[in-house]
Amino acid sequence: MPIDPTLVGREFPPTRPLLVTEADVASFAAATGGTTTRRVPATFPIVVTFRALLDFLEAEQVELARIVHGEQKFAYERPIVVGDQLTATLAVTGLRQIEGTDILRTTSTITDATGDLVCTAGATLVHRGDK
Amino acid sequence: MSALEPGTELEPQEFVVRRSDLVAYAAVSGDQNPIHQDEAIAHAVGLPGVIAHGMYTMALAARAVAIWTDEAEVVELGCKFTAPVVVPADGGATVRVGGVVKSVADGRATLALDVTCAGEKVLGAPKAVVRV
Repeated sequence: MPIDPTLVGREFPPTRPLLVTEADVASFAAATGGTTTRRVPATFPIVVTFRALLDFLEAEQVELARIVHGEQKFAYERPIVVGDQLTATLAVTGLRQIEGTDILRTTSTITDATGDLVCTAGATLVHRGDK
Repeated sequence: MSALEPGTELEPQEFVVRRSDLVAYAAVSGDQNPIHQDEAIAHAVGLPGVIAHGMYTMALAARAVAIWTDEAEVVELGCKFTAPVVVPADGGATVRVGGVVKSVADGRATLALDVTCAGEKVLGAPKAVVRV
């Protein structure tokens, strides 16, 4: 089923908060070719961004296996640190539909416990419809 | 750490990606999309086999940036996912991350990356901006 084009411009509810723990940062670092270092890996905010995506897919009844990642950008206001409590809020910023494939653009704003912006994550997601 | 001057070629970094890494990454990232773990499902949606999460490959690019810059603060990171990294059940796939310093200005260095697997580019226009 194609994605509803009227979603463009809509902001979805914020995710439940993600507490950045030392254990999760260590697991993330270990899974991606290395060990823990003094910084949280730059792509770590995908964890809460992905949570926002899953909430979106569930709300819109879209199957994750039909989604392929097209593009990802992060703009960081500050480095993420252990102890941060992050929340992502996803907005649909664009949609193109080509021959049964939806090309969806989203922006997720990631804020900390005080509501300050930590990172903005822009993603393009390709949804392969069942033709 | 390489000197971050415009034109500096950064020493390529190679990383081996195994299916077990994808399973570990799925658990920690929350991305349990079966195309990254299950050959049959990957084929069913038209992929050549189990592929690495795009974000997995991007994480390797970020790791190379951290190695080159002595873990400088990253202010921007971005790429397109242009070709899948197919990870065979045996041995895995090798991802190679190269880079060059494009510019250094206003306390920021922009690095243009080159990310390949088996000689083929897998990320489009991968770029990192770090504070120097």
